[in-house]
Amino acid sequence: MSLTRRSMLKSSAALGAGALAGGMPLIAEAADEIVVAQIHDMSGGLDIYGAPMVETFNLAADEINAAGGVNGKPLRIVTYDPQSNMQLYSQLAQQAALRDRAAVVHGGITSASREVIRPVLRRFNTLYFYNTLYEGGVCDRNTFCLGTTPAQTVEKLVPYVLNRFGPKVYTIAADYNYGQITAAWVKKYVEDNGGEVVATDFFPLDVTDFGATISRIQQAQPDMVMSILVGGAHVSFYRQWFAAGMKDAIPIASTTFGGGNEHIILTDDEARGIIYACGYFMELDTPASKDFVARFAAKYGPNHSYLSEIPTVTYEGLHIWAKAANMAGTTERMAVIEALESDFEFDGPTGPSKIDAATHHAYRSAFIAECTGKGFQFIESHELQPPADTQAVCDLIANPDENQHFQISL
Amino acid sequence: MDRTAIVLIEMLSSISTLVIIAIGLAIIFGMMRVINIAHGEFIMLGGYIGVIATQRWGVNFWISILVIAPLVVGLFGVLVERLVIRRLYGRMVDTLLATWGLSLAMIGGVTMIFGNTIEGVSAPFGGVRIGAFSVSGYRLFLILVAVALLLGVLAVLRYTKAGLIARGAMQNPRMAAALGIDPDRVYMATFGVGAALSGLAGGLLAPLTGVIPTMGAAFIAQAFITVIGGGAAIVTGTGLAATLFGSVAKLVEFVSTPVIGDAALLFVALFVLRLLPQGITGRFFRRAS
Repeated sequence: MSLTRRSMLKSSAALGAGALAGGMPLIAEAADEIVVAQIHDMSGGLDIYGAPMVETFNLAADEINAAGGVNGKPLRIVTYDPQSNMQLYSQLAQQAALRDRAAVVHGGITSASREVIRPVLRRFNTLYFYNTLYEGGVCDRNTFCLGTTPAQTVEKLVPYVLNRFGPKVYTIAADYNYGQITAAWVKKYVEDNGGEVVATDFFPLDVTDFGATISRIQQAQPDMVMSILVGGAHVSFYRQWFAAGMKDAIPIASTTFGGGNEHIILTDDEARGIIYACGYFMELDTPASKDFVARFAAKYGPNHSYLSEIPTVTYEGLHIWAKAANMAGTTERMAVIEALESDFEFDGPTGPSKIDAATHHAYRSAFIAECTGKGFQFIESHELQPPADTQAVCDLIANPDENQHFQISL
Repeated sequence: MDRTAIVLIEMLSSISTLVIIAIGLAIIFGMMRVINIAHGEFIMLGGYIGVIATQRWGVNFWISILVIAPLVVGLFGVLVERLVIRRLYGRMVDTLLATWGLSLAMIGGVTMIFGNTIEGVSAPFGGVRIGAFSVSGYRLFLILVAVALLLGVLAVLRYTKAGLIARGAMQNPRMAAALGIDPDRVYMATFGVGAALSGLAGGLLAPLTGVIPTMGAAFIAQAFITVIGGGAAIVTGTGLAATLFGSVAKLVEFVSTPVIGDAALLFVALFVLRLLPQGITGRFFRRAS
């Protein structure tokens, strides 16, 4: 058989296809680089969150590489876009673990997506970091959850707003895991602080008509409204609240407002004055925060995305992993986990944080801020808040083989 | 007393929202039998155009939402009809697939062109006090708009030559053609009008809901339920179905929770279609239009 160029192409294409089907690594892993994967939605409904996460993650990677990489080797970032589609999450997590042999995978935005990739990465012994605020309760030694959980933010927000506005609270919340659990924490802390939750209403995520609710709130005459509304449809509440002329009559506090860029979508008049509790906001006036925002602006230009807690913790997430791998002297999974479990501390734009070995969650800052229209103004901060919700149900020191997402009930 | 008034206003407001989001679909689906799954995205596009005309092009708010939004979406509808829909008349299931693809393309296109976080516009008029309550003046305005829309479409269909031609061409295109009417152009124009009404809905609702590329999903189910529940007489049917579904959903919401209110709407729809498979006007008011 003479070897023509055409048959050569054919056979090499077949070889390539065979390699793909067999799951062989197509890109030979260079011995002198470390593969790190991120799975963040850059398209579809979740890209409001995902796009800035990719940007901050890449900034962190640039910084780590500029400082000499991890244990002297540069990082190579593999970026996957699951397009807000849960099926792709599982497929991409397998690719990251098996084909790329990533040392660590960062990613997942909603709890649903996290629960798709967490078992996959655990099965393939690939370390997993989840950097989004969520309802708490994940208990898995292979996973680190670095964002705030309700106990951290709500505990500080409630006494502040009760003191400022009065004891009668009306809670409105998104009708799923996060909203239900956070509403339960609101009730607990309101009652602990001598207040009263006069009613709690839950809304499916696609509700856009809040007229009846607004009338019900008016009838209940609370001193304030606590909003745990989530997502694009629920932004309608703030508009209709303003349209009904209620904005200056009853104040609103929230643990979610701003996290989904609500303050960018609303007009200044609709958003101004809402009190927000979170793990980070961009206007935070500390040297570490200002420096972080400046570096981000240097890379992505002056009209860059708003930096809320989620992208900022994503940035810290990669740095935290890199620091632990440097401490361990290797990127081997168990060694890095053990480094993170031994009183690991980190200083980032959100302030100091500390990994809790028992839950693999973070002690981190909680901030209270007031919306000024397109941004937020600092009110108070509380350093190193414990992830008390997850601590109540999870102890990985006593049960290192635990692998659950506990439904926290109060 | 105040409370009764408020419940009544909220019911009317809920009915008017259903009428506004369903009227465009009533023409495209009810009259033309095109299952337009992209209806929600037509509304979304209207919302975007209204908001962008106000915020970026500096056009007067009322002109943006009442003129520019329906005009642009109407022209877009004509374009879609020429390129896609006209090849699919009489093939209902195929229109479903094609417009589903269209809806995905529109969500992607709007996200690419305008981005998914744009600042909305506030509703004008502020709050109106009713006893101890305060309701949005803009919502009261929308109630009037819904009434005007229903009466307007009814009048055009019943009392104008254009309406007569449109109804005739839908009912029997060959006979219409034999009488010297070009059904092809009538279809195009009718689809355009349906699209324009959807665009108007988007413009009208934008100050209350804001705009995001995926907002259509929140409207599509309610619009179809209303139109199908209404039955053959598209205007009367849409009005009756909106009244029934809107008032039941709101009443239930007032005495229970928004989740149960939503469920009640679906339950009533189920009940209506079980008893009246041809919709309300399939049994009652059969001579209405």
